[in-house]
Amino acid sequence: MENNRRSFLKFAGISAVGLSSLSLLDVFGTGKAVASTGQSAEGIYKNEDNALTAQRWGMVVDTRKLTEEICSDMEKACHQIHNVPEFEEKRHEIKWIWETEYKHAFPEKQDEFLTERLKELPIPVFCNHCANPPCVQACPTQATFQRKDGIVLMDFHRCIGCRFCMAACPYGSRSFNFRDPRPAIKDENPKFPTRMKGVVEKCNFCAERLAVGQAPACVEASEGALIFGDLANPDSEVRALLKENYAIRRKQNLGSNPSVYYLV
Amino acid sequence: MLEKALKGNKAYWIWVFSLLGIIAVGFTFYLKQLDFGLGITGMNRDVTWGFYIAQFTFLVGVAASAVMLVIPYYLHHYKAFGKITIMGEFLAIASVIMCILFIIADLGQPMRLLNVILYPTPNSMLFWDMIVLSGYLVINLVVGWNVLDAERNSVPPANWLKPLIYLSVPWAISIHTVTAYLYCGLPGRGFWLTAVLAPRFLASAFAAGPAFLILLCFIVRKVTNFDPGREQIQTLAKVVVYGSCANMFFFLCEVFVAMYSQIPEHMDHLQYLFFGLHGHGKLVPWMWTAMALIVTGIILLLIPAARQNEKVLAVACVFTFIGIWIDKGMGMVAGGFVPNPLHEVNEYFPTFPEVMIAIAVYATGFLILTFLYKVFVGVKEELNA
Repeated sequence: MENNRRSFLKFAGISAVGLSSLSLLDVFGTGKAVASTGQSAEGIYKNEDNALTAQRWGMVVDTRKLTEEICSDMEKACHQIHNVPEFEEKRHEIKWIWETEYKHAFPEKQDEFLTERLKELPIPVFCNHCANPPCVQACPTQATFQRKDGIVLMDFHRCIGCRFCMAACPYGSRSFNFRDPRPAIKDENPKFPTRMKGVVEKCNFCAERLAVGQAPACVEASEGALIFGDLANPDSEVRALLKENYAIRRKQNLGSNPSVYYLV
Repeated sequence: MLEKALKGNKAYWIWVFSLLGIIAVGFTFYLKQLDFGLGITGMNRDVTWGFYIAQFTFLVGVAASAVMLVIPYYLHHYKAFGKITIMGEFLAIASVIMCILFIIADLGQPMRLLNVILYPTPNSMLFWDMIVLSGYLVINLVVGWNVLDAERNSVPPANWLKPLIYLSVPWAISIHTVTAYLYCGLPGRGFWLTAVLAPRFLASAFAAGPAFLILLCFIVRKVTNFDPGREQIQTLAKVVVYGSCANMFFFLCEVFVAMYSQIPEHMDHLQYLFFGLHGHGKLVPWMWTAMALIVTGIILLLIPAARQNEKVLAVACVFTFIGIWIDKGMGMVAGGFVPNPLHEVNEYFPTFPEVMIAIAVYATGFLILTFLYKVFVGVKEELNA
């Protein structure tokens, strides 16, 4: 079983590297390769037979492949699929993934003489699915929790809306429903739950899509700029990329151990 | 004893019904908040805690300050405080109830409050805050009520109360320590990430709490036949000035560490509060007002002639109380959230409905305090008669 999964990911990784025109997602998307079901991570989503599983899910953001357009497409894809509302008022804003500048994504790495490319570059930021998540530590009801595969999830039905997790998150990755989000959802996706007022939400690494063999929506929309895979598997594509490229993570000094790497 | 709260003159009932009126008005705003969500407040994606949590933090301090009466009276046998220790304990009861109300007002899903008990999570500081606050409420209710009852019957308090009274001392320290731990254990918030936060919370509490108690003593003396006593008030004044000086000392330690090290994550928040950051500085006039009030309060209290003049003392107490209230109730929470983790500046200021709800919570606290003090004064008057 373990071998199957590994070989699948290896196959997927090699395929993606080999077929640079094809995004990794397409390979995942076929769902023909059988991933292990025996060791499905416990979580709120029931895994299908073709579920994608890992020991520790992680993401590599290849900033060299990013454009404003790709960032905007990723944001749209994510927010549409997850029924993220759009409010006029900035105070009530909810966002799971958004584009920012280098100096905001990495405020501790601000530099007067930063390369021109990085100064201008749009950087997508979202939940880091930290291996040591401060939000999970702070939550008084375990409404936010970490799965065995590293994904940090929210139970919208248990959350009391105390927003302790938002104070704890060093990345500003969480949003709070300051009002009923439902009227502000433009194009509702019936496959994903809408939320109610008074609860916190954030990126879930598309746990609901992984459970049915699909890669995260942003990865699919990223045209190869986002690579998703198993950080614990030395043969995965994410590991291959990290082996060959210098990568940085947001606020590494805090010890939260983010699972999202940025190739700059 | 409770029946004493049901007998009062006209002024008493006008006061009680005024408070009830304020509570009713504030409650309609709360109903609006329940209906619409916390969007009616000034809080936003970046400043996710605001006025409610700040008031909660401030009032935990007022509650904890009862220990400044308990320690001298029960541990040092300073007899003079025997007359007013129950006033401190009753103030603690009203304050803790206000704290709980402010937490409930701040919840996005208040009807799920019991999830904190249904899914106990010891790694969350909020879980411990619930335990220490409810424990402190029970201790003060049991101790205050029973000691007053014993006094009424002219018998010494029951022996079983002693351990509870001793327990109330570390317990009082714990409520404000845990409240500080809500903030100072968060990795990405440089403003709060300081070991001096809990000590500073306690120091400011031991200034603001007794300052408020002095003002209460003046009011009680004026509107009832019970005099809390000049010596008692003067001793409390000394407690206030020690607390206020310690608070300023800890504050300056913080300022030194942040400004001398010049580490941006720590410095930027102070910069924002006192000078403004990137052109944003809504809180700047408030913070300087707070500093001016606290420092003036300290000067007035340090000069014996000024402190011993009860009119000046009252002014010094008002200054100290308001100064610390602004510092803790306005600056401390918002200042920690600005700039945000991405180093963007999004300011916060409470909205009208938010302030109305907060005023209603305060009115509830004052109502409880009024009833408790009415009982207390009633017993005292009965004994003097």
